[in-house]
Order: sequence, then structure tokens, then C-alpha cells
Amino acid sequence: MNREHKTNVKELSGDKVIFGLWLYILSDCVLFAALFATYAVQHTQIFGAGSPDQLFSLSNALTETLLLLTSSFTCGLAVLAAYANKKGLTLAALGATLVLGLSFVAMELTEFSKLLSDGHGWQQSAFLSSFFTLVGTHGLHITLGMLWMLVLMVHIYMRGISTGNTRKLLTFSIFWHFLDIIWIFIFTFVYLFGLM
Amino acid sequence: MKRNYIAIAFLVITMVFAVLFALLQNYTFSVFDPKGLIATEERGLIIHAVLLMLIVVIPVFILAFTIAWRYRASNTKATYTPNWENSPMEELIWWAVPFEIILVLGALTWSSTHSLDPRKPLALSGTPLVVQVVALDWKWLFIYPSLGIASVNQVDFPVDRPVTFEITADAPMNSFWIPQLGGQIYAMTGMVTELHLAASQTGTYAGASANYSGDGFAQMQFTASALSENDFNSWAAKVKQSNQALTAGEYAALAETGTTTPKVYASVADNLYNTIVMQFMRQPSVGAMDH
Amino acid sequence: MFGLLTLQAFLHGPIETGGQLAVVLGVLAVLGLITYFKRWKWLFGEWITSLDAKKIGIMYIILSIVMLLRGFSDALLLRGQQAVAVGAGSGYLAPDHFAQIFTAHGVIMIFFVAMPFMFGFLNLIVPLQIGARDVAYPFLNSVSFWLTAAGAMLINLSLVIGQFAATGWLAYPPLSELQYSPGVGVDYYIWALQIAGIGTLLSGINFLVTIIKMRAPGMKLMRMPIFVWTALGSMSLVVFAFPILTATLAMLSLDRYLGMHFFTTNLGGNAMLYVNLIWAWGHPEVYILVLPCFGIFSEIVPVFSQKRLFGYVSMVIATMSIVFLSFMVWAHHFFTMGAGADVNAFFGIMTAVISIPTGVKIFNWLFTMFRGRIIFTTPMLWFMGFLVTFTIGGMAGVLLSIPGADFQLHNSLFLVAHFHTMIIGGVLFNFFAGFTYWFPKVFGFKLNERLGTWAFWLWITGFSTAFIPLYVLGIMGATRRLDYVDPLSGWHILFVVAAIGACIIGLAILCQVAQVVVSIRQRNQNRVGNDPWNGRTLEWALPSPPPVYNFAVIPHVRGRDAFWMQKEAAAKGHAPKEPVYEDIEMPKNSLVGFFIAGFSFAFGFGMIWHIWWLAALGIAAIVVTIIARSFNEDIEYTITAAEVAATEHRLSHKTV
Repeated sequence: MNREHKTNVKELSGDKVIFGLWLYILSDCVLFAALFATYAVQHTQIFGAGSPDQLFSLSNALTETLLLLTSSFTCGLAVLAAYANKKGLTLAALGATLVLGLSFVAMELTEFSKLLSDGHGWQQSAFLSSFFTLVGTHGLHITLGMLWMLVLMVHIYMRGISTGNTRKLLTFSIFWHFLDIIWIFIFTFVYLFGLM
Repeated sequence: MKRNYIAIAFLVITMVFAVLFALLQNYTFSVFDPKGLIATEERGLIIHAVLLMLIVVIPVFILAFTIAWRYRASNTKATYTPNWENSPMEELIWWAVPFEIILVLGALTWSSTHSLDPRKPLALSGTPLVVQVVALDWKWLFIYPSLGIASVNQVDFPVDRPVTFEITADAPMNSFWIPQLGGQIYAMTGMVTELHLAASQTGTYAGASANYSGDGFAQMQFTASALSENDFNSWAAKVKQSNQALTAGEYAALAETGTTTPKVYASVADNLYNTIVMQFMRQPSVGAMDH
Repeated sequence: MFGLLTLQAFLHGPIETGGQLAVVLGVLAVLGLITYFKRWKWLFGEWITSLDAKKIGIMYIILSIVMLLRGFSDALLLRGQQAVAVGAGSGYLAPDHFAQIFTAHGVIMIFFVAMPFMFGFLNLIVPLQIGARDVAYPFLNSVSFWLTAAGAMLINLSLVIGQFAATGWLAYPPLSELQYSPGVGVDYYIWALQIAGIGTLLSGINFLVTIIKMRAPGMKLMRMPIFVWTALGSMSLVVFAFPILTATLAMLSLDRYLGMHFFTTNLGGNAMLYVNLIWAWGHPEVYILVLPCFGIFSEIVPVFSQKRLFGYVSMVIATMSIVFLSFMVWAHHFFTMGAGADVNAFFGIMTAVISIPTGVKIFNWLFTMFRGRIIFTTPMLWFMGFLVTFTIGGMAGVLLSIPGADFQLHNSLFLVAHFHTMIIGGVLFNFFAGFTYWFPKVFGFKLNERLGTWAFWLWITGFSTAFIPLYVLGIMGATRRLDYVDPLSGWHILFVVAAIGACIIGLAILCQVAQVVVSIRQRNQNRVGNDPWNGRTLEWALPSPPPVYNFAVIPHVRGRDAFWMQKEAAAKGHAPKEPVYEDIEMPKNSLVGFFIAGFSFAFGFGMIWHIWWLAALGIAAIVVTIIARSFNEDIEYTITAAEVAATEHRLSHKTV
């Protein structure tokens, strides 16, 4: 009887956690909005340090986009697998998400280090400052997301697919999809418009 | 007991202010003592707005103290309606009254903001005298492009003639303000803001930086003198005769942090003002102006 | 090894050394007293590790009062300097030190006095008013509090090691950039605000979830007490506004640490962007503070007028329209930056529009008093004081919202007088009222009314003497932040009067300290029961102080003024049902919040002094702690129904 009561409480608090996460995402949207606004103001401040159309590569950005979109898909699979109570599949899908995320970050870091070694560092112009900050903040979110994912995998590995872990996975997947959406905005406004 | 406190507090406050105003009689209430077109309009605007607001504020005060007094707990004769909690009519009134005041105030805001736009040339006869203003750490440089002279911490101009101040900075953000002539505008690096003023009386008026810019901020005062046409011309001629020139080197020395007393320069390096503004807009390859 | 930190950072001039000693001795005295009274275990077990919103609320208010004393000492130093630095005298403060003090004064009063005071009330009262046992995330709540405290401690540390920002409380660039402020002062500013700001953001989310999700059955939105409504409005503003502050300060730090060019003077940096961003946070921040204050008075006025609140629906509409409008007025803080007349006029009119819902609130309070039976306890006195000061300050505010008038009043002491009228009259007086009103609920005894009345009149007198001269000085053309007064200006005498006013406020504060001390000593004469003021909302249904779980049985709410309705029903002879107790699960105490804040403090200190290993260690420790916490599932304990019954029995038979 006590057990049953406990599950109830858990469900209730699960509800609260998801709602709180949405509020957090809302606030994170505002943070990105501030960075986007800054980029919009600063992206013309080139000062001879290279303009978007000189520096960006569409194929690179497109590959990054595909990586993230696929990772969103695998992350969704992980949630479905957890609902179906398939521990192995959940872990495998999360593992795939992790690998895709890692590749994304690796590509981004390669892009950054190329820019730096070509003399297009963030100290060169307001445009480059706001570019590195906007894209870098997203990358930082992805990195923290991967850390979160790793911890989550350990949780699931150790304790199986419990109500608590499913809720954790659900919150994580909302966060991960949100990062995907932010990336779509970055891809469109920074890379696509920058190259047009 | 309680009324005693009120009495004491009021007595103290009244006494303080009586003494104060006695002491202050000789001093200038700059914003309310305008000596130019813009400042006069701005004073009028302040007074109108205050009067307009008093239409709501005075009844609120009367209402507040009457209600507080009449419905005090000890007055058991007053009506008491513990469950009365809304009345659409009355609520409508106090949404409507402030709304209408704000409507009028909004109209006043719209029209006055356009007529007092700092960038708007004045409706006065006479060609404007252009004065280029540079806020430095911590002094004001005034360049007269038409005369080829410059001054520091003092700006002189003819009375009744419009003056166009073109304002920039080679220092943190400052604000250019001559209270008796009219309202302020920020001075910022790599930017030129504009302010059109005119004095209607000869005299010397205080000017200041109104935005904190560092250690010497309190000393960043200047005097603005409105002179008769003749006096202004002879002042300019005298400056022309003086011995110091504002060369690029002299400017670099002047721009060093520190405070200074008023100075004048008989000549100004070519294109100096433009160089000051543009140094922040250049690409690094061109090389920043070093000082 | 120690980055920029050298022995030099500890060496200051004589006045600074005074501040340094005060901090060090203060800390030592507190530690000594705790040791002497053998209270360490109690302190850790009952307070530092506590996840109980009521205790966290009390700690917020203590933090706020401590910082109020510091912020007020700063004010005295500033006013003293302006009263003596005239003519040949240069006063006792060097310009740089003067600037550090006015910067610290502003930052402390807003971030570490007003904000914690507000969060104190939210923690203490919101769960009680909505019939909840705790906030949505008790653990996060503890993290939030300790982060705020860590930010406050960083600011205080700047008194001892190094210096604080000398830029004004919003640190406008380019003055706050490395070019003009090469010292660590601005870095102290950045990290203190970042750490406290993240705490605030987490609290904002926490309370929004609490209010939306944790209300007792039957407590529909339109039945919530107005204080809860205003908390809801204020916390929505936190969620929308604080990320902007985080982003803006982050960009400023990227400029300073990595040589970026967001707000620098060269290579495309744009200081105006910073000014826009910081006020896009800064103006909502004003309403974050003032909305819950409106809420406090919406509780106090009906109770002491012995009447229902007039115009509840109007109040809710007014609150929510203020929330909405507060994001559309930010540019009124810089009409003088050279934007076009259309932009300025738009923002001016939007600002004036905010005064409509604010005016409606004032009328509603007045008509709550109308045909009431008003008891003039100190909370009501504070209300009357608020009404007068806030209306006058509001008038000055509307004046400043007209660009043409603002050109003559902006950055002058008139502006300083305006916002002090709003924040002292509109926020601080509210806090004092709320403090007196809810004190008996939290501690079980009333505050001394006599000393409270004295404090009120001293505050009103001191406040008028200190700030009316500033309005006049503004009209005379005196700008803010002057560390020296020109004797020819004729301003000196008014600065002296203002300084006298500050001293009278000092007496008022002493009176308040005495009030608390005397009240504690006489607590046994002043004990109260559940409902000392004949209250209307649910917190008064509980024992004073309430048990850890607040409500033994979650109440069913049938209308507004839920407790009043219970009392009416009881008066009509409807005896309340015999309560059926059940097991209650409550969060276990945890030191993790305290540790996370400690690591953040270490991280901040490392960043400020460029001690990179310390900063890295701090971040790593935070991450590891959070991960470790996620593996801990033993975070709740059960209070059995029998224990609840015993506690309730004991509390209801306590002698009053």
C-alpha cells in the first residue's frame, strides 16, 4: 500500500519536473534571443576580418544539421524504447545519440580551430565575437547535454527502466530537441543567410 | 499620542524647509530659470505635465486622508460594509480617469518629443554656429570649425544665434548638459550626437557631464558663455592671437586622463574632429590613432 | 599559482582598511559567538542544511537585513563625503573609492537587499497561502538561496581583497571594459551578479511551478490571494528577464577575459547595445521587486480595514498588464542617447501607460478602506507612508517618462530622488509592513508596536529630509555621483541637509533593531495564537509558527479569502470535520545546496583573480556534486500519521 502511495507521489512530482523544465527552456530561449539579437546587430561589423560569406561553409553546416537532426531522432527512439521497457534498446539509442552529438561537437571544434588558425579569431571583430559566442553557447549546451546523457545512461544501466528514469529520459529528450531547434535557427540565420 | 508624532514630524520638515529656502534665495534653480529657447520650452513642458498629474494626485491625497480619518476603527458611527467588494461603475471610473489623463499626457509627449528632438534645427533666424564637442577624460574640448579655433572647458557663442553642437567622445560615455540652455545628450565614441541650443540672454551658464565617466567626473564642468555678437567676435579674434595650436600631438597630450583648467587654441589640426570620430571605426590594418 | 592575487590586494588606504577590518571582525565575532554558544551543530542541522521553505525564507530575510546595514553604511559614507567635500576640502574619500561605494550601494540594495527580502516573503508565505506543504523543488530552493548568499559574500569579500567596480550599478561600457577599468572591481561585479542571478532564475522557475502546480484543491487561479498573483507576475518576469542579464554580463566578461568586441570602443563594439540589453532586464527588474510589494499591501489593507479587498478582478488585470507592459518601456532609461523622436515618444507613452494599472491599484486600496473599520497598526502606517511617497515618486516618474522633460532631469539628482522614492517608499516600506504583519506567523509573537511607530515616523522624517533636497538639487542642475561640490553652485547646504536626513534614517534603523531586540526579550508577553490580526488567507489557519509540514490536512478551498470563509462557516455552527491524518513525506535536509554555492564562490573567486586552477576546480566540483546528488534516491522521509496527530494535538493545546 505504501509502495502504491509512493508511485503516486512520484508521478505528481514528475509532472512538476516536466513543467519546470519547460520553464527553464523558456528562459534559455530568452538567453539565446539575447545572443541572436546581438548577432543581428553585430554581424555587419566585419572590420576587414572576414565576412560570413568568406568564412562559412554550407556543406559543413548542413552536415552538422543532419547530425543533430539524426541525434534527435535516435533520442526519440530511446524514449519509445523506454516506454516499451526495453533497456538494451534504450541504451543503444542513447549511445547512438551520444556518438552523433560528439561528432557534431567535433565538427564544430574543427570549424572553430580552422577559423582561429586562419586568423579569424574572436578578437578580430564584433561580428566574429558574436558568431563565436552564439554558436559556442549552443555547442556548450550540447556538451552539457552529452554529459547529462552519459549520467542518464549510467542510471538506466544500474537501475533499469524505472518510473524515475523514464521521467529523467523524457526531460532529457525535451532538452535535446530544444537544442536541435535552436540549431535550426543558427543554421538559418547565421549560416544560410550569411552565405546568401 | 499618534497625532503628536504627526505634528512633530510636520513641524520638523516645515522648519527645515523654511530655513533652506531662506538660505537658497541667492542661488539658481537652473532648470526653472531658463535662458534659452529650448530650456524655456522644457520648463513649460515640466510644469504642464505636473499640473496635469495633479488633477489625479490631489484628489488621491484628499481621498486617502479623508477615508483614513473617517473610517478609523474608533469611529463607530461611520458606515461599515465588510463584504462590499466591487462596484463596476466605480472601477470603471478609476480605469477611465487615469486613462484619460494619460491620453492627454501621451499627446503632449508625442508632440513635445518631436518639437524638442535634439536633432531638430531651431526655428530661429541666423545661420547656426557649429561647435564640435569632444568629451575627454575628464574635460570638454570645443572645436569651432568655421573659425579654426578651439577651447577646453569653456564654450563661447553669440546670444540669440542658434548653436549646433556636434558631440562625440574619446573617453567613456559622458552626457553633455547646460541646464539653463537645454537638455542633455550622450557623448559616445565613434558616434556623433547633435544638440541645437540658443541663448536668449547674455551671461555665463554652468555646463557639466551628467553621466559618470571615472575619477575626474566631478571636475568635468565647463562654462557656456552667451556673448553679444561683438564680444563674441573679439573673443574669437583674441583666441586667434593666442599662442597655442591644437596639433595632433597637443591633442594626444590633452586626451591623456586628467583634469584641466580652461584653455584656448589659436588653430586646430586639419580634420581633427573627423579623425577623433573615425579612429574607432577604422580597420586595424590602417592603424589606430595612438595616444 | 595565485593569478593576479598578490599581497598588494590586501593593502588599502585608511578608510578602506576600516571597511576591511569591519568585515573581518564581523565574521570573527559571528564565528566566535556560534562557537561560544556551541551552536554549530544546531546551525548545520536546523538551518544550513534545511530544505524547509519557511527556514530558507528566514535566512533570506536575515541576509537581506545584514546587507541592508552594509548598503546603508555605504549611503552614509556617500552623503557624508558630499557634505564635506566642498571648496578646499576634498572630503575623506578618494574619487575611485567614492565610485566603488556608490556602485556597491546600488548593487547591494537591489540585488542583495530588495531581492532576498522579496524571496524571503515568497518562501515564507506563498506555500502557506496556496495550501501547500512546500515549494515545488525544495532542494533547488536551497541551492537558490545559497547561490544568492555566495554572490553577496563575493561583494563583501571585495572590501577585504582587491576592490569593487567603480562604474555605477549597471557597469555601462566602455567604462566597465578592460580599457578603462583594468582592475578586478568589474570582475567582482560580474561574478557576484552572475552567481546570484542564476540563483534568482532558479527561484523564479521554482515559484512559478509551485504556484501553478501546487495549489490546494479548489484554489482556482481567481481564488488566489493577490499576493500570490503578484508573486506569479513577478516570477514570470524573472524567467523572462534574468536570462538577458546572464547573457549581457557573459558578453561583458567575454570582452574582458577573451578580448572580444561586444561593447568595446573599437572593432565594431557597441556600448549602446549593452545599454539596451541591460535595461531590457533592468526595467522588468523594477517590477519584479515592486509587484510582490503591491501584493503585500493587498493583504494588509483588507485585514486592517476589516473588509474584503475591493476590486479583486481589477487588481489581477492591473497586475498582469504591468507584467506585460514592463517589457515595453526599457528605452526610457536612455532618451538622451540620440534615438529618433518617434522611438523616444513611443517609449515615453508606454511608460506613462504603466501608471494606469498602478493608479487603479491605489484606488482599489483606498476603496478597500472606504466603509471599513481601519485599525492603524504599524503595517497600516507603512501603507499610508507608501501611498504618499509612492504617489509623489510616481509623479516624478511620469515626468521623467516625457523625453522633453527627461532631457533636463535625466542623470540629475532629481532622477536619484525619484528612484529612491519609488524603492524606499514603494519597496522598503512594503517590506517593513509585511515584516511586521507576518512576523507573528513566523515566530509566534508580535513585534513591539511602540518602537515600530517610532521607527515609522523617523523613517518618514529622515526620508523627506534626505530626498526632498535631492529633487531641488536636480532642478538646480546638480548631477548624480559627484564626489566634490563646487562652492559657487550653492548646492552645498542642500547636500548637508540630505546628509542629516540620512542620519535620521540611521536613527530609524536603530529603532527597528531595538524593536526586534525588545520584542524578542518580551516574547513571552506577546505570544499569539493562529490568527492575531483576524486574517483572511490560509496562512492564518495554521499554528504560529507552523509545523514543518504546514498543513496536516490539505484544505479544500471554496472561495477567495479561504480562511475567512472557514471562520464564517464555523460561526454559523458548521463544525469543521474531524481531521483524518495521513503519512506525510517531506524532503530530507541536505548540505548539497550549501556545497554547490561554496564551489560557485570558489569558481567566482578564481575567475576574478585569474586563478584558473581554482576556477576549473570549482566548476568540476559543482558538476561532480550534481551528478552524485542525482544518484541519491534517499531524499525524503516520512512523518507518520500518528506523529502528525501528536504534533497537531500539542500545537492546538499550546497556551497562548
